[in-house]
Amino acid sequence: MGKDRNSVLDIRNLSIEFATTRGRLKALRDVTLSVPPEKIVGLVGESGCGKSTVIFSIIHLLAENAVVTGGEIEFEGRDILKMSPNELRAIRGDRISMVFQDPMTSLNPVLSIDTQMTDIQYRANIDMEEKRNRAVEMLARVGIPDPRQRLANYPHHFSGGMRQRISIAMALLANPALLLADEPTTALDATLEAQIIHRLRQLQDMVHCSILFVSHHLGLIAELCDNVVVMYAGEVVEEGDVRDIFHRAAHPYTQALLECDPARIKEKTRHLPTIPGDIPDLVNLPAGCIFSNRCPQVFSKCRTTAPQRFEVEPGHFARCHLVTEGDVP
Amino acid sequence: MTALLEVENVRIRFRSKNRIQALMDRDQDPYIEAVCGVSFTLEPGETLAMVGESGAGKTTLARSIIGLATLRQGSIRFLGNELSNLSDAAFAQFRRNIAMMFQDPVGCLSPRRTVRSLILEPFKIHRIGDKNWTAETKRLLEMVGLSDSFSGRYPHQLSGGQARRVGVARALALSPKLIIADEPTAGLDVSVQGEILNLLVKLQADLGVSFLIITHNLSVVRHISDRMAIMYLGRFVEQGITDDIFYHPRHPYTHALLSANPNPDPDDPKEQVELKGEIPSLMNRPRGCEFHPRCPCVQDRCRSEAPPLETVAPGHLVTCHYPIKRNGRP
Repeated sequence: MGKDRNSVLDIRNLSIEFATTRGRLKALRDVTLSVPPEKIVGLVGESGCGKSTVIFSIIHLLAENAVVTGGEIEFEGRDILKMSPNELRAIRGDRISMVFQDPMTSLNPVLSIDTQMTDIQYRANIDMEEKRNRAVEMLARVGIPDPRQRLANYPHHFSGGMRQRISIAMALLANPALLLADEPTTALDATLEAQIIHRLRQLQDMVHCSILFVSHHLGLIAELCDNVVVMYAGEVVEEGDVRDIFHRAAHPYTQALLECDPARIKEKTRHLPTIPGDIPDLVNLPAGCIFSNRCPQVFSKCRTTAPQRFEVEPGHFARCHLVTEGDVP
Repeated sequence: MTALLEVENVRIRFRSKNRIQALMDRDQDPYIEAVCGVSFTLEPGETLAMVGESGAGKTTLARSIIGLATLRQGSIRFLGNELSNLSDAAFAQFRRNIAMMFQDPVGCLSPRRTVRSLILEPFKIHRIGDKNWTAETKRLLEMVGLSDSFSGRYPHQLSGGQARRVGVARALALSPKLIIADEPTAGLDVSVQGEILNLLVKLQADLGVSFLIITHNLSVVRHISDRMAIMYLGRFVEQGITDDIFYHPRHPYTHALLSANPNPDPDDPKEQVELKGEIPSLMNRPRGCEFHPRCPCVQDRCRSEAPPLETVAPGHLVTCHYPIKRNGRP
């Protein structure tokens, strides 16, 4: 990880601010992460931590009041932030595709699946019949029964799980190098969630793309991802191999987040762990470490100096004074 | 001792076509059964969790208890009093003892009222007068762990967790005996989820209220409920003591649900039961056992014959021809 030359996606020191009436809201600060080829990278964090801002900055879907104040997003060797609108258009939906959270709103309700799935292949130099065949083949791969008959159907004819499969099929039709998945299973029930996740893993083996998978569901991340990036209040606090994060979490926030998941608690308990306190105000940032006001292991330095990104072990990074200084509190 | 709440063989149906459409289609029975034949009891101070996927009928059943859905058949008794065919006026006095927390924590608070006015609304509705309202607001806010300074705020100034606490305060206002919580932690982050559940557990210990909790989050169920019921297509497929069901689920659907909720550990061996297909439509219920098209252990008998409700252990009821034996297959 880190400055790996071969990464599909390399985000370096990305900072994004939103202009609000209260002042500049510093939504992302110094975000660095990379997605190696043919790997699934999980992006975890609680609401408001900037997960979606990261995703939307990659495909340039940020709100109008967003200002990129620094950093670069290198995709296949080129900086996305410096691309012209035409160059961007050439890679979006072709080299980078996306699966959105809610399949009901990401599919067009007044067009048939046939129209939508052939439209999305507008770049391919093949005739209509062939486009249709590719669509049928992809629908079969994501597990839609009788794909040829169902092609004429409209989104409302499909159930939620089916719709999300169709979105995934559409995203993969372009043979992307990178698939962005923004909480693709949040709108689905538990048993369907398991189906979609298994399918995504199989498809990734077939299509050989990388996936940046955003979720707040720790169980899914542990099951699906190779690498994990943990975000808190606009910063990447820890990143590493999935085992580094789940077995040897270095940052107190990651540790607290893992402890909070009731699925991890083996013994039945009536008192669940929590992280006391609130996310700091991102307009008037506190001095020092962003997690210092909620951290159980806080010491004086945390309140004055912001910690730097530090390599705990090869490929495992954390932003915390505890790991840079050993156990000095 | 009478149970706090007894629900017996409740059926609720909704019209699926209007009269003219039904006539045109020659449909004799233009209804869908959202809840069909559900029975359970809830003792004072007990927590029962209802689990199931969307469309299972959990919310409809809960709404019927507070009179928001009409029963087709069956009875609901609260402390021995029949609730199902009361007039509005007669129902109102029971309604004070049953509070409901709706699903969306911010959405169920009126955006134009302050927290104080929201918390005092139950008293107005039930015409309970002459109290020191400022002290009452303070008392209720304190109970849910919010400071007095919140009383002037509007819902949009609250975070999801705070809005949920206000919802709890509203539910507590009239000191009910039963609180129905529909997805109390949906949409909340894990760190906040714990706070709300701890609050509910504490209130139960202090006040002795009973909870009927509707959720699809099984890891929550395990920690906070005494008994649980698993719902599928409007029926309880399994109900029993929570620990028993987690230790040894009998119904294949329960087993699949439990396995779909993995322990967040990349090295944990996962024995996941993947269910085929999706939840069938209520308009087109499968014959025989309604779970058979998705069941991993389906046999011929399941396709034709609906399984009866059987008691497999004290208080543990299952609707399945071939309940799972210990650790695995039937």
